[in-house]
Amino acid sequence: MRENPPPPTTTPDLARGEIAESSTSKNRTGSSEPFPGPTENPSPFPDQVLENVLENVLHFLSFRKDRNAASLLHLKRMSVTDEDLRLVADSFASFRELLLVCCEGFGTPGLAAIASKCRLLKVLELVESVIEVEDDEEVDWVSCFPNEGQTHLESLAFDCVECPVNFEALEGLVARSPNLKKLRLNRSVSMVQLHRLMLRAPQLTHLGTGSFSANENVDQEPDYASAFAACRSLVCLSGFREIWPDYLPAIYPVCANLTSLNFSYADVNAEQLKSVICHCHKLQILWVLDSIRDEGLQAVAATCKDLRELRVFPVDAREETEGPVSEVGFEAISQGCRKLESILFFCQTMTNAAVIAMSKNCPDLVVFRLCIIGVYRPDAVTQEPMDEGFGAIVMNCKKLTRLAVSGLLTDRAFEYIGRYGKLVRTLSVAFAGDTDTGLKYVLEGCPNLQKLEIRDSPFGDGALRSGLHHYYNMRFLWMSSCKLTRQACQEVAQALPHMVLEVINNDGDAVDDVEILYMYRSLDGPRNDTPENEGAGKGEVEIEATMSIG
Amino acid sequence: MNEMTRNERESSEERKLELRLAPPGVENWFKTNNKQRDYDYDYESKLSLSTTNYFSNTNNTSFLHFPSNKPIVRGKESSSSQTCCPKSVELQNGDNKVTAVSNTSQKRTAPGAVVGWPPIRSFRKNLATSSNSKASQPESHTQQHNKVAGKKPIDNNYGKGLFVKINMDGVPIGRKVDLNAYDSYQNLSSAVDELFRGLLKAQRDSSGCGGNKEEEEKVISGLLDGSGEYTLVYEDNEGDRMLVGDVPWHMFVSTVKRLRVLKSTELSAFT
Repeated sequence: MRENPPPPTTTPDLARGEIAESSTSKNRTGSSEPFPGPTENPSPFPDQVLENVLENVLHFLSFRKDRNAASLLHLKRMSVTDEDLRLVADSFASFRELLLVCCEGFGTPGLAAIASKCRLLKVLELVESVIEVEDDEEVDWVSCFPNEGQTHLESLAFDCVECPVNFEALEGLVARSPNLKKLRLNRSVSMVQLHRLMLRAPQLTHLGTGSFSANENVDQEPDYASAFAACRSLVCLSGFREIWPDYLPAIYPVCANLTSLNFSYADVNAEQLKSVICHCHKLQILWVLDSIRDEGLQAVAATCKDLRELRVFPVDAREETEGPVSEVGFEAISQGCRKLESILFFCQTMTNAAVIAMSKNCPDLVVFRLCIIGVYRPDAVTQEPMDEGFGAIVMNCKKLTRLAVSGLLTDRAFEYIGRYGKLVRTLSVAFAGDTDTGLKYVLEGCPNLQKLEIRDSPFGDGALRSGLHHYYNMRFLWMSSCKLTRQACQEVAQALPHMVLEVINNDGDAVDDVEILYMYRSLDGPRNDTPENEGAGKGEVEIEATMSIG
Repeated sequence: MNEMTRNERESSEERKLELRLAPPGVENWFKTNNKQRDYDYDYESKLSLSTTNYFSNTNNTSFLHFPSNKPIVRGKESSSSQTCCPKSVELQNGDNKVTAVSNTSQKRTAPGAVVGWPPIRSFRKNLATSSNSKASQPESHTQQHNKVAGKKPIDNNYGKGLFVKINMDGVPIGRKVDLNAYDSYQNLSSAVDELFRGLLKAQRDSSGCGGNKEEEEKVISGLLDGSGEYTLVYEDNEGDRMLVGDVPWHMFVSTVKRLRVLKSTELSAFT
């Protein structure tokens, strides 16, 4: 299970700003601080950011000694090119950890550079990133790790890499990595191959199983369950990318110790899930597909009393009148999993009663994200809006910091959020609310609001203005398909010189209505990379405000 | 895959608004799979309907994604197809159930195919469906990127079903069935029964055989084991006629091109 990387110790954009502005300062050394990676800040056009950052860092760390100290790179939602990775590999000889989460723009050549040059590499983790695969450029990166001697590898995660890997090289690598604790394979690795790797690495604590699927022709299948049983330290299982359910019993021996199980790529039904989950008494994190149905959720509720985080993803994301999970399973979870702290739940229908029940049964909730796929869906039973349910959540869950709402919602829901959601930092809104008043409640009532994203909701200029007192405290505001006008955006830009406002319209022509407003703090200068207008269909990005530091 | 059981699917269909066209004297002759909403609201807002989509490549269920994506025009515009009547009316075999829609003051029409909703990463969407059918090519994040940068609207995979033609001996009109909606041969077999039962009866009535028009529709059973009057076969991606049921379901779905319901007595002609 992929947990979020530890946050940088300094506010990322400020740190970046320091680097960009005061390049003569010698106070910054790489040392053991996590590299100030950007988080949700938008990257300007792909090539620029990482290069800029790296160049600046290299500028400081001009002494080899200092460069040796730079050892960690955690990047999230960045565009990273092969060149960037080569630069890292070349510049930082004693590089230890590379973590790329939700990144894109690089491919196997970049990985090869890291593998071959970073001889002290302990961690190479590619999480939900997109690895470009172009046939003529595909490189056997696994073979690029040193061929002899033991490696320092502790964690190797490449489950998101779509192209096949050289299994022989991989097996050799695993055999030479006595410290390897976390191994997450991609789906080119078959069941038989998985077995061989597990025999080499019984010390694993985290395993991503690859395809977990039947080969075409297997003469004699090895004893998979024994291999799993031999991994006595296994606490986290993921993968199952093309799961062949007949193989599920193989994991029974490790279920009792599992704290984290990611079945979110495994299309298993209720029965199949139950056969596994009934052993998982220690489970704290569970990601599943809604193929398990309400019945599966009930089984989870019955067994996983220690559950802290649950994510239920839809197999079929289309809007339907009914779906395989509903308020029934949702309420069962709330009854059984009282320690729940974080939930992400996709469903077709929901009721206020079930949400209210969860608000009362699970007071420790910090993250509550309910996505009713059908837009404007009211309570399935009463046909009322979902205001009361979400209201109960902000009222009763006193630790709540992240909230995503859905379903039919009136301004009343936002009144509740403004009144009770005092700790809320991140709020996601879609197809909700009636008037400006709704958004005003939130902007005026939530002092800790940092990230606000809204789409397709009837909030306009009045609402936008009502947040002027607060926007400097925020990381970003995103409003799309709302009722904003260009004029109001310009007013806000002028009132807040330290914010960058981007107004993006689909049409090349300047229209009064704003389709997308994206506003964020930045210490960097004004953007100078507005794209050329190429006619209809291209977006137009405007830089409305400038940045200055005293 | 939609794993709704038959019961749930039936009740789900009950809640859908069904259009009925039928020759005189025949019920259930032609059912459309009508995806109309239960909830009809007039879309009063002045929002521009040619809205953009910035969310197709959402990360981690947030709306934001790589900002270098250009906005895309939303697929279908809303309204007219959705608002027919203010109540959702169910007609099933003569029973009239009327479900009143909420009396809230909100009036808005749920849009048609909403691009970028729900906020699931396309990475995850593609992978969930690609193992079920090879017909929907998993698009890489980058491919969607490129599509965005160009002028075409994004093709969200989540709209794709795996529709194959299915014909039945003795019935001149064929049907289409979405294989992604089923997860087993059993479910498919039931669906075939539902699809053709009425048509088959209509055919028999009109051809004058089986004299009694009040006769119940006959269930089409035994499609998979040779025990019934009809047997289900399919044409695979190599053009061969195959008996349905030999290979694992997911393998079947990835190779099937069309289906056929043959009279079991005709089978020997193909073996």
